[in-house]
Amino acid sequence: MMEFIVSALDYLLGIPFLGWGEHIGFIYKGLLMLVALLVFVAYFLLADRKIWAAVQMRRGPNVVGIFGLFQSFADLLKFVFKEPVIPASSNKFVFLLAPFVTVVLALAAWVVIPLDYGWALSNINVGILYIFAISSLGIYGIIMGGWASNSKYAFLGALRSAAQMVSYEVSIGFVIVTVLLLVGSLNLTDIVLAQAEMGLAHMLGVPWMNFLNWFWLPLFPMFIIFFISALAETNRPPFDLPEAESELVAGFMVEYGSTPYMMFMLGEYVAIVLMCALTTILFLGGWAAPLEIAPFTWIPGFIWFILKVWLVFFMFSIVKAFVPRYRYDQLMRLGWKVFLPISIFMIFVVALVLQLTGWGWHGGMA
Amino acid sequence: MRFLQFLNSLLLKEFIEAFILSMKYFFAPKATIYYPFEKGYLSPRFRGEHALRRYPNGEERCIACKLCEAICPAQAIVIEAAPRQEDGTRRTLRYDIDMTKCIYCGFCQEACPVDAIVEGPNFEYATETREELFYDKAKLLDNGDRWEQEIAQNLSLDAPYR
Amino acid sequence: MSLTLFFFYLFSTILVASAFMVISSRNPVHSVLFLILTFVNAAGLFLLAGAEFLALILILVYVGAVAVLFLFVVMMLDIDFAELKKGILQYMPIGVLIGIVLFLELALVAGTWVVLPEVVAGSAMPIDDTISNTRALGQVLYTRYVYLFQGAAIILLIAMIGAIVLTLHHRKNVKRQDIADQVARDPKTAVEIVKIKSGQGLES
Repeated sequence: MMEFIVSALDYLLGIPFLGWGEHIGFIYKGLLMLVALLVFVAYFLLADRKIWAAVQMRRGPNVVGIFGLFQSFADLLKFVFKEPVIPASSNKFVFLLAPFVTVVLALAAWVVIPLDYGWALSNINVGILYIFAISSLGIYGIIMGGWASNSKYAFLGALRSAAQMVSYEVSIGFVIVTVLLLVGSLNLTDIVLAQAEMGLAHMLGVPWMNFLNWFWLPLFPMFIIFFISALAETNRPPFDLPEAESELVAGFMVEYGSTPYMMFMLGEYVAIVLMCALTTILFLGGWAAPLEIAPFTWIPGFIWFILKVWLVFFMFSIVKAFVPRYRYDQLMRLGWKVFLPISIFMIFVVALVLQLTGWGWHGGMA
Repeated sequence: MRFLQFLNSLLLKEFIEAFILSMKYFFAPKATIYYPFEKGYLSPRFRGEHALRRYPNGEERCIACKLCEAICPAQAIVIEAAPRQEDGTRRTLRYDIDMTKCIYCGFCQEACPVDAIVEGPNFEYATETREELFYDKAKLLDNGDRWEQEIAQNLSLDAPYR
Repeated sequence: MSLTLFFFYLFSTILVASAFMVISSRNPVHSVLFLILTFVNAAGLFLLAGAEFLALILILVYVGAVAVLFLFVVMMLDIDFAELKKGILQYMPIGVLIGIVLFLELALVAGTWVVLPEVVAGSAMPIDDTISNTRALGQVLYTRYVYLFQGAAIILLIAMIGAIVLTLHHRKNVKRQDIADQVARDPKTAVEIVKIKSGQGLES
């Protein structure tokens, strides 16, 4: 048994230059990932505000640091040094648990995201299912926060949000199923590899035009549906009904301030970036270069990955600027009456095509 | 017709148009200025902080006619008049403006027969206490001395339209 | 004690404890939250057993969807705790009796259960590492149990359609929104520009 514990410790803590393991330990990789992710999220937040400002011909934050580059960190300090207020009639334990749940779940999903070939912290067989399950748990942070605040606005916001997220999870699930039909594996690395090895470019005889290979083209309507559902799933505008400022002040977050509020915010943005990364993996070829020729292949894969995540995030952000907020019944109609039939129909079509033509990916870990 | 509409919504025509429009504004020059370092244009008619002016020889213009006090819709002006000690001319003993009451309508300036009370171009006079906004005669005359150049220029620019 | 065993005891202890809290906590919302904790720990046990697909489906379906709806309903209930606790002593004897009977029945079933030899042989079979959990499950589900599987699916579909039929009724004389109609309107069909001369009304 001692051996088992030593090997486990080796896996978690092993550092190459101490001679205790030939790889870098899981904990160090995880910490590196965590820090990098949090720094990135700070800049995603800034970019969000900048892009929104630019469309409205404003400048956005520009005082803290050059171009406002340290704005997010200043905000962090501001939130942390504020006094946390806990409503007297709230359920204190659940009230404080809710932001933690949001943040921890949002961060936990990143374990399986492959930034490059073999760069996933944990390359599990059911990666996509894991992400889907974890992101479906994200509702609990909102529901618990809304209920524990003991305020009607918070509660209404939480109910709306829960109904919205449950509805759009259905269509996200069906979109993922169509991708899985093509790939035949639940592993995220496999999904990316499959996109490089099958697709339109191979059929047309130009395999170096990698970007034609990716699933956004053969599954085009699903790509759009996934994008819109991801907006709804992460409560982004135009689907930000849970926090509709005009009617519910800030939805489930009304009673929150200081660090707990910051954690909600952080969790929300980590979830948004996660959805961008998931879009990149499922539809935009993950870490693969868009063209399989010299200058493009010199750039390492994870840079391509990050660039693509930024591209998707740009779309996330600019949608906020030009689409008005949906009314609640329109939101539900879009989810249940438009996306659900289209995605079920597309599953049928994709399965039929695969069955008739024998197209599909036949590699990977089975 | 319905088919065209179906195609439009399927291909997200309106969203793409909106995207192109928003990208146009994304790269458009910004409307915002870097305020404390960069200031926008002010009309000569701009109604800012009040000031009491003097004649070029240093004599104060105000003759305590109390027209401004009478017309002030917010009743922010209080004047007490008395003959001045040296020469016995009618002058103000007290000329107070409560800047927290003032609505910057400019009626006092319009009413003044001698162009004594004017609203200058200054709008950056925020204070840390409320009391500092209860202006008295000394403060107003001081404002007049400080802003005389700008006020005179603005008045001359606006004169043709009066 | 190996790490796996340690985690097994950890998960099962929390599972049993939180399952107990589900029935013993005063606040129904806390009960549901403990139920969720129970589900998550059960998923952990599945993971330890190597059934990763089942574990994640458990979280996805039960925690992600079913428990949310539970929580939804429970949060909106207006519960009077004093009223609830009033009858507890009165019903206690019957409750205890039913509990004992159920326990005896369970013990009898467990005691007289005969496991077929082929099942014993099957459970002793090592897990095939070359194919993934999901694929193994699919291969059984879509070959040997395909009719049962499809039957279950059809029953669920009928239940869903039944629920919709029961609750959905179009009332007459109620204006409903037709989005396609609204989108199809354009200025040409919707707006009429009328020049009105001064001194004359629209009617004349």
